[in-house]
Amino acid sequence: MRIPPGVSSKDFSSALQEFEAAVGKPWVFTSDEDLDLYRDSYSPVWNEDEEPIPSAAVAPDGVEQVQAIVRTANKYKIPLWTISTGKNLGYGGSAPRLRGSVVLDLKRMNRVLEINEKNHYALLEPGVSYFDLYQYIHERQLNVWIDPPDPGWGSPVGNSLERGGGYTPMHDHFDAVCGLEVVLPSGEVMRTGMGALPGAKTWQQYKYGFGPHVTPIFSQSSLGIVTKMGIWLLPPPEAYLSGTVMVWKHHDLIPLVEIFAELQDSGIIRGTTSFASPFWLGPPNPELDSLRASGSVKPLEDYAERKKIPYWSLPLPFYGPAKVVAAQWEYAKEKFSSIPGVTFQDGPSHRFPLGAEELAKIPDTVPLGIPSLHIFSLLPPGSQGHIGFSPILPMSGEALLEAMTVFDRVHSELGAGRAALVVLTSFPRALVIIDLFPVERNVERNRKTREIYRRLIKEAAAHGWGEYRTHTTFMGDISNTYSFNNHVLRRFHETIKDAVDPNGILSPGKCGIWPKHLREEKA
Amino acid sequence: MKNARVALIVVLSMIFAAQAFAAPDESAVEKGQKVYQKWCFPCHGTGSGKPATDLLAARDKGSRPAALEERTDLSAPLIKMFVRHGVMFMPTFRKTEISDADLDALSAYLTRNNKR
Ligand SMILES: Cc1cc2nc3c(=O)[nH]c(=O)nc-3n(C[C@H](O)[C@H](O)[C@H](O)COP(=O)(O)OP(=O)(O)OC[C@H]3O[C@@H](n4cnc5c(N)ncnc54)[C@H](O)[C@@H]3O)c2cc1C
Repeated sequence: MRIPPGVSSKDFSSALQEFEAAVGKPWVFTSDEDLDLYRDSYSPVWNEDEEPIPSAAVAPDGVEQVQAIVRTANKYKIPLWTISTGKNLGYGGSAPRLRGSVVLDLKRMNRVLEINEKNHYALLEPGVSYFDLYQYIHERQLNVWIDPPDPGWGSPVGNSLERGGGYTPMHDHFDAVCGLEVVLPSGEVMRTGMGALPGAKTWQQYKYGFGPHVTPIFSQSSLGIVTKMGIWLLPPPEAYLSGTVMVWKHHDLIPLVEIFAELQDSGIIRGTTSFASPFWLGPPNPELDSLRASGSVKPLEDYAERKKIPYWSLPLPFYGPAKVVAAQWEYAKEKFSSIPGVTFQDGPSHRFPLGAEELAKIPDTVPLGIPSLHIFSLLPPGSQGHIGFSPILPMSGEALLEAMTVFDRVHSELGAGRAALVVLTSFPRALVIIDLFPVERNVERNRKTREIYRRLIKEAAAHGWGEYRTHTTFMGDISNTYSFNNHVLRRFHETIKDAVDPNGILSPGKCGIWPKHLREEKA
Repeated sequence: MKNARVALIVVLSMIFAAQAFAAPDESAVEKGQKVYQKWCFPCHGTGSGKPATDLLAARDKGSRPAALEERTDLSAPLIKMFVRHGVMFMPTFRKTEISDADLDALSAYLTRNNKR
């Protein structure tokens, strides 16, 4: 039997019995075979001593059951690790941060509690996946769009709490959260925002309620178990139109980003896009990479011109009334025309609702609000999964050029070729640059990946770039970089943690925040 | 005594053979189709944007169908192995996602056309 750290086997057995009484025997998992299903399939520490394998998993089907589990966990000081759909692949999957934690698996709580078509919101339980939500809406022909992230098997609750992102105008998922129900570490149920007013009529319409706004402290957090979440949905747009802007010189990236930022901040471009370049971004390409060996950009620019391959390209998504999106694309072209030599290409456009035949021909439906797993088609052949180092950069071409150079240098200094970078515009006024690393069932290669990853964390922080979210393995490392004024932010988090979770039972180590009794050991 | 054991083995092997060759239970097949639709179709289904189907098509080059639903050579233990252990970028699926009963139904569905 696997046992949580610091818990006697007698206490653990008693706790398991109480869990069984709360949720029913079939929903408490303790065999190695069952617990292996909670290992992180994309773990960068697979089969190593530090791999955080849980000691049990318990799957409640309602808020009262969650409360009962929390009370038992307090009684025996059992660490719980909450997951909603547990598909946090790339960031830890369904595995905990602390080896031996009990996974609190909320997948069975999978009810769509409300969809409002007039004010465009939903109230959901944690186990509802993006696929489930889409299916629910589609079957009832409801007049709302959802915003899925690339893989549709995760959940609005899990993904939004991680502050994930999608592609439509609702792409900033935590920003779309309106009102939570949370089981606190004490076992009490709390509702945030307007939900604190008994009988409130606007829990999912107005985020802030009255007084200090606490909804955000439950994101990337170990302070509560979210059992209901309100999220805002999108009224279906009449049309989608896309077009690509292509520029041909290295330093054209600077005006390209600047003009994009103005269009995004003005609300003209509302969806997520990414900057692309065969020379600097995307998977390494030996032919093009060797051109860079000269250290000058001239051979690259010449190659781009000769082969008619744009040096940088930027696809733009527009959502809204057909007449408006056409005018927005025209306006964007006018703006980008200030870059000498710029060219444009019209991309796919759609009118909604899509017919079944049209839909069947679209490989990537995610930007159209329809969840899929298409993204896995884009992984390199033989992929066994990946993790991403994903710091936030300023929305500027200068910052992007600098970051690409720094990342490449770190990779080459550590003998790892060129970085495989993706640059997304998931959040307003900033860029996310993602350095993707394959994970393997190979201890040596995973060690090497961790070495590069940790060097990147340090180098990025030295440049003022911090990660927006990370794999459980690196949560401590990232938290260490947010160190302004002698780590006052972390100390503040710890003060809150100790006050609301004195036994330190909820998600110990999440984002580098440890309960008091583990703090020194894990520092 | 010895004869009794032989008889028992014969009977048991007949039962197992009967199980192996029995036509799959209709309701299990129906349930399995739902499980397939929900959990497998987004990656293994037909139509565009199905990564596992595309990968299998590239690997098998037409020697067998790329969509799992159309295969006639899958077995229940193999299906269970992939669902519970994953393969390449396919992760494991927990029992709160696909229960053992769902998995049995899924196997009934995906083996429904096997030659018996
Ligand atoms: C190929 C690929 C592409 C990806 N693309 C994207 C993308 O486009 N956008 C994106 O955002 N992500 C992406 N991801 C990352 C990840 O797969 C998704 O973010 C996924 O939605 C997260 O898993 P989940 O929704 O099942 O959350 P879960 O695994 O259920 O939860 C994630 C974490 O949130 C916390 N948590 C969950 N539920 C609760 C709760 N009820 N109460 C308190 N805390 C809770 C826990 O710490 C948990 O570990 C991608 C991953 C891969 C492999």
